[in-house]
Amino acid sequence: MGGLKVLCIAIVLINGQTIGTVAADGPFPDEARRMRSANEFLSPALRAEQADPIRNRGMLWVEQGERLFAQPPPPGGAQSCASCHASPETSMRGVAARLPAVDAESGQLVNLEGRINDCRILRQSLPPLDYETDELLALTAYLTALSIGEPLTVSIDGPASAFYAYGQQLWSERQGQLNVACTQCHDQSVGRKLRGDTISSAVPTGYPAYRLEWQTLGSLHRRLRSCQLGVRAQLFELGSREYLALELYLKSRARRHLIDAPALRR
Amino acid sequence: MPATAQAGETIKIRSAIQHPMITGHTDAGPNVAPRKIIHTFAVAYLGAEVLRVDVAPGIAANPFFAFNLRARSSGDVVFTWIDDTGEVIVETRQLTVT
Ligand code: HEC
Ligand code: HEC
Repeated sequence: MGGLKVLCIAIVLINGQTIGTVAADGPFPDEARRMRSANEFLSPALRAEQADPIRNRGMLWVEQGERLFAQPPPPGGAQSCASCHASPETSMRGVAARLPAVDAESGQLVNLEGRINDCRILRQSLPPLDYETDELLALTAYLTALSIGEPLTVSIDGPASAFYAYGQQLWSERQGQLNVACTQCHDQSVGRKLRGDTISSAVPTGYPAYRLEWQTLGSLHRRLRSCQLGVRAQLFELGSREYLALELYLKSRARRHLIDAPALRR
Repeated sequence: MPATAQAGETIKIRSAIQHPMITGHTDAGPNVAPRKIIHTFAVAYLGAEVLRVDVAPGIAANPFFAFNLRARSSGDVVFTWIDDTGEVIVETRQLTVT
């Protein structure tokens, strides 16, 4: 039960940012302005719970991630994250907002989870962490929370454009036994009810998010898998190129929306 | 919880702990897996127990408790969680009473 963490003292949400907002300045794509975050459809009670750092259980993982980042690595590991990434409050701020990005060496699209695992393998001599382990969720949540209030700024130019195009294709293609595309729900049915939920524009700024149905924190890719399950489609692997491309597409669509993880979801 | 309080003042304490609260019941049926929940939450202040909760399997994962405490004098508030594997988690916070 390694990852236990107790919160008895109120921790202030980093930067004290309000939830579900959009950067006001600068160019703003029309598409993004019309988008509606799932925060808008939360009940007042859940919204209050989300905004409260003690009742928002996602903050337990943020705290765990802060500890993991600072602590010496387990036996066999080289150095702590913090020994290379000093002052993460400033050095890591904004990183979550510009990922996924194409890695110059491998040419692959890499998201925050991938970057964390790259450092574990290459720089800490440790095995990668699996998706949905408390450790990877915690480090991802901590580093994402360091970017709360930062607008999404992923690049879709140059080497990223092919991944973006693939993500857009996956977004628009019908799939599964129900033969429904992401766009049919998240563009064409926003505000309509589905199995007790209200369909949002799939703004990905709140992930990793604490979902009551899961009773735990979950990655954006896990959420995408739930959507694929919903239409009885063949599921992609967590961390797969398909989900990475969709992640880039979602984050580009929602660019200038401010990071507000960890969100609370039904 | 606040770090300081005035003597006689009632303060609000809120706690949350990361724990999966595994009931052992799944879609496959009741008691198909070993139960692993926090069964006891206790709080001591100035060396005396002020709160004890017998936690039932119906409580959701990552349990949250909020309660009031009357500040008397400066001292430790000790939080204890005990789960079915016998693991005991203890956290201590200092309360300074002025
Ligand atoms: C031995 C030094 C070292 C250690 C230990 C280390 N990193 Fe890194 N990390 C780096 C370097 C070097 C880079 C690449 C910086 C760049 O490309 O600008 C990097 C990049 C990253 C990035 C991407 C930053 C960006 O701007 O895109 C993240 C996120 C990251 N590390 C997280 C971690 C985490 C979490 C740990 C611990 C599990 C860790 N690192 C351990 C050296 C290290
Ligand atoms: C049948 C309708 C439907 C389809 C098709 C669907 N989703 Fe969803 N999706 C939902 C519902 C319902 C939710 C939960 C409520 C919400 O936030 O929209 C959701 C939630 C999400 C969220 C989380 C939003 C948040 O803030 O918590 C993302 C991201 C998402 N979907 C992306 C996708 C992607 C990508 C696809 C295509 C692979 C897809 N969805 C297909 C119905 C659908």
